[in-house]
Amino acid sequence: MSDDNLFELKAVAKRFKKGKETISIFDDLNMTIKRGDFLAIMGPSGSGKTTLLNLLGGVDQPTGGEIVFDGARIDGLSEGDLAKWRANNIGFIFQFYNLMPMLNAAKNVELPLLLTSLSSKQRQQRVDTALQLVGLADRAKHMPSEMSGGQLQRVAIARAVVSDPKLLLCDEPTGDLDRQTADEILEMLQLLNREFGKTIIMVTHDPAAARHATHTLHLDKGQFVGKDEPELQEKSA
Amino acid sequence: MSLLAQSSAVIGMNIKSLPRRLWMSLAMVLASAVVVAVLLAFLAMAKGFEATLQSAGQEDVAFFIRTGSAAELNSSVMKEQVDLLREAPGIASDENGKLVSPELYVIVDGTKRSSGTDANIPLRGIEQQGLALRNNFKIVQGRLFTPGTDELIVGEGVLRQFEGFELGKEVRFGKNRWTVVGVFSTGGNVFESELWADAKVIQTLYNRGSSYQSVRAKLTADARLEDIQAYIKNEPRLNQEVQTEANYFAVQGEGLSYMAIFGRVISAVMALGALAGALNTMYTSVSDRAKEIATLRAIGFSNLSAFIGTMAEALVLALFGGVLGALAAFLLFDGLSASTLGGSFTQVVFSFEMTGQLVMQGIWLALFIGFISGFFPAWRATSVPVAVAFQSRG
Ligand SMILES: Nc1ncnc2c1ncn2[C@@H]1O[C@H](COP(=O)(O)OP(=O)(O)O)[C@@H](O)[C@H]1O
Ligand SMILES: [Mg+2]
Repeated sequence: MSDDNLFELKAVAKRFKKGKETISIFDDLNMTIKRGDFLAIMGPSGSGKTTLLNLLGGVDQPTGGEIVFDGARIDGLSEGDLAKWRANNIGFIFQFYNLMPMLNAAKNVELPLLLTSLSSKQRQQRVDTALQLVGLADRAKHMPSEMSGGQLQRVAIARAVVSDPKLLLCDEPTGDLDRQTADEILEMLQLLNREFGKTIIMVTHDPAAARHATHTLHLDKGQFVGKDEPELQEKSA
Repeated sequence: MSLLAQSSAVIGMNIKSLPRRLWMSLAMVLASAVVVAVLLAFLAMAKGFEATLQSAGQEDVAFFIRTGSAAELNSSVMKEQVDLLREAPGIASDENGKLVSPELYVIVDGTKRSSGTDANIPLRGIEQQGLALRNNFKIVQGRLFTPGTDELIVGEGVLRQFEGFELGKEVRFGKNRWTVVGVFSTGGNVFESELWADAKVIQTLYNRGSSYQSVRAKLTADARLEDIQAYIKNEPRLNQEVQTEANYFAVQGEGLSYMAIFGRVISAVMALGALAGALNTMYTSVSDRAKEIATLRAIGFSNLSAFIGTMAEALVLALFGGVLGALAAFLLFDGLSASTLGGSFTQVVFSFEMTGQLVMQGIWLALFIGFISGFFPAWRATSVPVAVAFQSRG
């Protein structure tokens, strides 16, 4: 196993029970994700993109196979251990931002830091840095209800990176945004990938969004079909 | 340890999100408040009633009535028997001789201010020694009745609850006329629900000859009731039973302890209703916050913090209601004067008594409502799947 690999999925299976029926989403899924990748996962609705993201994010358990992260298996960890693992390694970015409506931008960004042993002053500094990074330093005290979709997603990105995780998992991060705002968000993700070395896995159904990634995988009927060349992914400036 | 930071953040968020569920939250606060107020009202009433009777009875006063008569009203004691009881062992004296008070107890009618209906008032015939046996006896208006005249003094409780007993008023019971010449206090106890007049005058007006109905006697420090009982047993002309005055009133009050029981039953039933509403509020709160809970868990917040957050929300709402209820009960009922049928079918006037101990009982009830209505929804909160965070609708 190469040290370059952040994720390795070996013969992963995922089945859901619906009453008496069992739906099989993945039967024998294999993949590796390298450190520093910006991977876009595309595929038709219902093809299992969110399910895969849940498995990678330690939000759901596979029915079979192994998921190895940074050399250690995460399948089979207890719920409590998975929560700690998520807190240490993953930043989530959701389609609908999922900010806490009763907290201002800074308080939202601070949430992951409450799981660390940082002092309140250290947390404050980190929050300021993260908000600066997404260009919202002047909106720290604004409530979510006072911000636009693009601003909300930028707060969400600040929240995802504030604890400096290795990996960002994004589920349709631009699905609720107009083209121009979407491009701003995607460029921000690119920046995080290139300048800060974040590994990013992004689920999207938007080819224009996928073009910002370094790789794209197409998921269909529980399998990856055809892998695009990284060169073709680069956005022509 | 970040559990504290996590939990306090979740608690803060839950409390801040209460306005989103304003009406349901207020309903829960109100339900808790009403239940606590009702409980406290009943307990304060029972407490006040108990205090009124208990503070009347003294441990060092022997109380004699005819064996088997249970209450003063249906007892009788002949003058010769009073003289014999005076010689019983252990009876204290002062400069006027033995501290023994033979008394009469008859019933007259009065009109209640609150309802305008008639109710019974005890008219007690009493002599000078009888006043000495009441610790807190005090004339607060006017003067004492003059022995041998148709003057009477009225207890403060009677004055409060009944019409026409003001100082200087003339009152009629049957064919007898009396003049109110004074108002007395006995420190809030049951004697204030009575009218007092000269025993000899009542004997005449009510054709009692020279007989009385009860005898009170101050005991010496080393007196023993057994010695007095033995004295009565060995004296064939006596047919009295003896107990302490405290004991007599305690037994009289027992019949009315139903008030506290009734209050607890009523508030238990109401608490069940309040619980149903509170549970509903809390379940709504959890499903309302499902996406937020799932998001926090995706970030790495523990199940326990979700549990604690929901629990705290329920406790805060119920406790807030409990405090409001206790405050309302205190403002509305503390010191409120009421009267009810006491022993011997007469009205006992008493005040609601709200003590810190009672208020604590109300607060515990509120916490109980909060705990139960928070526990199951909080449990539900811990089982919100993290995947919910990825759904479009929370
Ligand atoms: N918890 C679940 N229980 C049962 N079926 C599920 C569950 N989650 C997803 N599925 C099913 O798995 C399939 C893939 O879902 P999903 O991963 O959400 O697809 P995508 O995100 O690509 O649209 C769908 O057919 C969906 O109905
Ligand atoms: Mg999906």
